[in-house]
Amino acid sequence: MPKLKLPAPPIPPALKPTPRRPHEHQHTAADHAKEAGIGAIGWVDERLGASGFGRWLLFRKVPKGTNWFYTLGSATMFAFLNQAITGVFLAMYYDPNAINAYESVRYISNEAFLGEFVRGMHKWGSSVMVILIFLHMARTFFFGAYKYPRELNWVIGVALLILTMAMSFTGYLLPFDQRSYWATVVGVNINGTGPLVGPYLSDFLRGGPDFEAITLSRFYAIHMMMIPGAIAALIGAHLYLVTKHGTTAPPWYKAETDPELRTEKE
Amino acid sequence: MPPKRKHVTKSKYTVDRQIPGAFEGETITRRRFMTGGAHLGGAVATLAIVLPAAGFAFGPVFEKKDQPWNAVGLPDDFPDDTYVPVVVTLNDNIGQGGKTTVYMRKRNPEIDKEPEDEYNKWVALSTRCMHLGCPVRFVAASGRFICPCHGGVYGFRGEVTGGPPVRPLDRFYTKLERGQVWVGPRYSVNSELERFSPRDPGEPLDGIGQYLYPSRPTIRVGPNQ
Repeated sequence: MPKLKLPAPPIPPALKPTPRRPHEHQHTAADHAKEAGIGAIGWVDERLGASGFGRWLLFRKVPKGTNWFYTLGSATMFAFLNQAITGVFLAMYYDPNAINAYESVRYISNEAFLGEFVRGMHKWGSSVMVILIFLHMARTFFFGAYKYPRELNWVIGVALLILTMAMSFTGYLLPFDQRSYWATVVGVNINGTGPLVGPYLSDFLRGGPDFEAITLSRFYAIHMMMIPGAIAALIGAHLYLVTKHGTTAPPWYKAETDPELRTEKE
Repeated sequence: MPPKRKHVTKSKYTVDRQIPGAFEGETITRRRFMTGGAHLGGAVATLAIVLPAAGFAFGPVFEKKDQPWNAVGLPDDFPDDTYVPVVVTLNDNIGQGGKTTVYMRKRNPEIDKEPEDEYNKWVALSTRCMHLGCPVRFVAASGRFICPCHGGVYGFRGEVTGGPPVRPLDRFYTKLERGQVWVGPRYSVNSELERFSPRDPGEPLDGIGQYLYPSRPTIRVGPNQ
């Protein structure tokens, strides 16, 4: 198999290091440290092949007209990372137990050091993520970036949107105050209005015919383990397809016709 | 261009075709046998993990939950022209969340036209709004039940008189035992106040509603469960 030739990162000429002349060469301690660092990274890279992957992922050609609207996708991803990281740390204090859940949330908000701040990041971050995901979806729609060959990436994005909604729904119960409780009662009953399967879906969500202690632990497990794993995996697939297909030019940029082809036509 | 080779199979047995077979005198090649065996082994290993986990997650959907009877007072505690709120415990493992308010009154033959039996000598109405499950409140001045969420209104017998609810308020079986009034399992009613297995809010029971929203194995009709 021929070795894949990847484009080198475009470094402006002014920043390109000029090699030292042989007679100037002196081995200082900094040179040795640099050599050692390069050697260590090279040792790892030779075994991982990560630099080729990194160039494939990061040093892509982007079309003319790429603008700030193209950052909405990564903004959504960073909102998810914020949710994941603050969520993991909130789990250190949170107790998914019908008797203690509210008390543990109160402890996070009122007593734990920076608890109110980290909980606020998680709470407001969830709204930010939902807003960003819709802006990103609107950008994709209005720029026509869902068209061939990117249809599957749109489908993955819709799955990510649904999973984000499921995260919002399951996370809403966890503070276990009056608002959480009744919002979840109403939400589960909305699920139940689906004909034929609705009643069984409600029983599945609640873990029984009525709202019970196991409902809270079910929602916690779904919120904390099942959906985050699925979202992370689908974001990986989404990014793979973005890298594979590249980004689209904005619709107001027309493809330039090759001047030679233009002359041939006349 | 290489000459076209016509693949002529003289015999279906691997031995005759001089290919290694899975067993002596077999028709399946050793390669197909190993591939199939690997697929089968993988499928068995996957199912061994997935089936117990799925059963564990879906188990509660098929498990019947016992509905408790609660003693709520003496027979004379409840008038027949207005409602008295009582608190009953439906789940004892979720703290205050497992309690619910029930509106109780004595059966009044002048207004309660549904057939009388031993389980409706007292009328016990659930406070779950039949739109989406918010708690309704009895307003004595108007003799109606009002839901704060989306404006559902119910008349004195729990029948829908306004707003989005799809059926009258659910009821509970009541009985007299050892000198006390007891509130038992919940049941749902259609607009004729006929009894049905308990349904969730938002599920109509008139017309084809009772078939579109079937009863569930977790909770069934009947006072003795």
